[in-house]
Amino acid sequence: MAKRVGMEVAIAAAEAVALCRIDVAAVYPITPNTHIAEHLAEIVADGKLDAEYITVESEHSSISACCGASGAGARAYTATSSQGLMLMHEILPIVSAMRLPVVMGLANRAVSGPLNIWNDHSDIMPQRDSGWISFFAENGQEAVDMSIQSFRIAEDPEVMLPIVLNIDGFQLTHMIEALELPSQKEVDRYLPPFRPLATLHPDKPVSMGAYAFPDIFTEVMKVKDSVLIDSKKTILKAWDEWGKQFGRWYKPVETYKADGAEVLIMTMGSMGETASIAVDELRAKGVPAGLVKLRLWRPFPFEEFREAIKGAKVLIVCDRAVSFGGPGGPVAAEVKSALYNDAGRPAVLNFLIGLGGRDVTVENFKDILEKGVQAINKKPAGGYIFYGVRE
Amino acid sequence: MIEIRWHGRGGQGAVTSVEMLALAAIEEGKYAQGFPSFGPERRGAPLAAFNRVNTHQIKVRSNIYNPDIVVVLDPGLIGLVNVADGLKAKGILIVNTTKTAEEISRILNFKGKIATVDATKIAREELGAPITNTTMLGAVIKATGVIKLDSLKVPIEHRFGKLAGRNMKALKRAYNEVKMSNIN
Amino acid sequence: MTTKKKYPEKWTELNPGCMVFEAGSAKAHKTGSWKAQHPVWDNRKCIKCGVCYIYCPEACVSRTEEGYYAADLEYCKGCGICAHECWPGAIEMKEEEV
Repeated sequence: MAKRVGMEVAIAAAEAVALCRIDVAAVYPITPNTHIAEHLAEIVADGKLDAEYITVESEHSSISACCGASGAGARAYTATSSQGLMLMHEILPIVSAMRLPVVMGLANRAVSGPLNIWNDHSDIMPQRDSGWISFFAENGQEAVDMSIQSFRIAEDPEVMLPIVLNIDGFQLTHMIEALELPSQKEVDRYLPPFRPLATLHPDKPVSMGAYAFPDIFTEVMKVKDSVLIDSKKTILKAWDEWGKQFGRWYKPVETYKADGAEVLIMTMGSMGETASIAVDELRAKGVPAGLVKLRLWRPFPFEEFREAIKGAKVLIVCDRAVSFGGPGGPVAAEVKSALYNDAGRPAVLNFLIGLGGRDVTVENFKDILEKGVQAINKKPAGGYIFYGVRE
Repeated sequence: MIEIRWHGRGGQGAVTSVEMLALAAIEEGKYAQGFPSFGPERRGAPLAAFNRVNTHQIKVRSNIYNPDIVVVLDPGLIGLVNVADGLKAKGILIVNTTKTAEEISRILNFKGKIATVDATKIAREELGAPITNTTMLGAVIKATGVIKLDSLKVPIEHRFGKLAGRNMKALKRAYNEVKMSNIN
Repeated sequence: MTTKKKYPEKWTELNPGCMVFEAGSAKAHKTGSWKAQHPVWDNRKCIKCGVCYIYCPEACVSRTEEGYYAADLEYCKGCGICAHECWPGAIEMKEEEV
């Protein structure tokens, strides 16, 4: 039986990964992922998990080790943050192109410079086009649940793609909170053993990562795109079965009081819950406000997104990264392009918030929502706003 | 919902205090958060750590600006850090000190409830070291009732193993010796 | 001999991850046309140590029945590593004839 425990979220995520009976972990510790790395190492060292914990000299090596391990047929896990992910960048599209279902826990942190160890989404956004499935966890429970779901989805024969699970650094990783940890038996029931398409074994030789001439490269890219888009079917199925087994239901786009809402605020990750309090307070005053939370970032859930925002007059997109010299935040850019051909599309307001650990309070969200209300009648100028910037 | 801010120095175990309190509250079936000030910590440098305790799910994940309770682990921090900053007027300030509540009130210009206990003395006698993080939990429980004393048993045993008994004894002493004062 | 398609015609025909399931498929790529020179063994100097066999990056050097060594010129790229490594000096790189 699952047990309700108080636990730091990073520790709980490591426990969840261990429950998945991984074969290989290669994690290079970096703030704020450190407790995931340390706790997994401890579990392996204590003999509680029969796995190889590879101590690597860098994140480039940790992802490369996972790539090789997965190719050899091992269930492989890595975790990182910020600069670590930047160092992995070179290998990320290779893992997805080789269809290796590596799972990564990403304790989101701002990328340098200047050096900043706190939470935002500027580490994951530059990896957007790496061909990985990308999830965002909102709280500790989701970090646990989605760690387990990730292996099942990644290793599905229809998918065979790597997954990055975004867990906001500090705001989630360093938070001790109440959550349910499933039992080994329950996880075993949900997650079948890894059956690789092929393994690197001398008895049955295969070549992985062979190179592609211009004659074939376009076709390969088409496959990569198509497999990632189609993975949504498996994701939905895996979430449905999770709901049936554990009673916690997951959707690509989560809505909160969005019915009849004229102003919607859209968040990703840990800010959703704080924003929901602002929505509650405005609703209590009769303001038609609602919340949309994007859980699935890649593949982008176009259909579910359009359904979630239907009827809204203003959509506020909260971005936690900046596309410098570009259209504002990467999420808003995505959302705007998704809505371009929709005649009844809402006005989109883009706020860049919570950068490099800047705190965002309920009052801030109320203020942002009120700015959205003002935009119902007066079409906003467009562009984007660095929320709270000192001028 | 009750929000608590702990003041200590790096190495004094304020983060352990928030962990123990959060785990005890969760043990009681409540919801709780325990978290450090996010960022690097330096041994000896003043730091803060935080708790939220509630009967239902806690959704807010921003920092704590207006705590209901402030706990000061180290008497030397008074004057160094404004420990009463943002503390609600009806809040409770719980201080490890040899001074009286009146003196603390005057120094900090805080007119709400103040609880004082000489936790350093208790910790020295019971634990053989001036580490007051667990000792002060006893004072917090007596002054606020935010959790039950017995709920700490499991987390303290899990965390301190052989030293659990001495830590429990120290915090029970603080529970009994804390002086409550209401100055209005 | 069955004629094999050089590339899949449609993207849907690609193997997952472009994996190559056929062992030794690189054999189809005859790299011998790359060479501007080729190795020639003087078996009077050869001591049958096999250094050329070990160092050949193309693995196209093999041992003959008599225990000497020869390169498969269909694959030899003419890199000259065998000649460079052969310490008794039994291998000479000769220009390809026009």
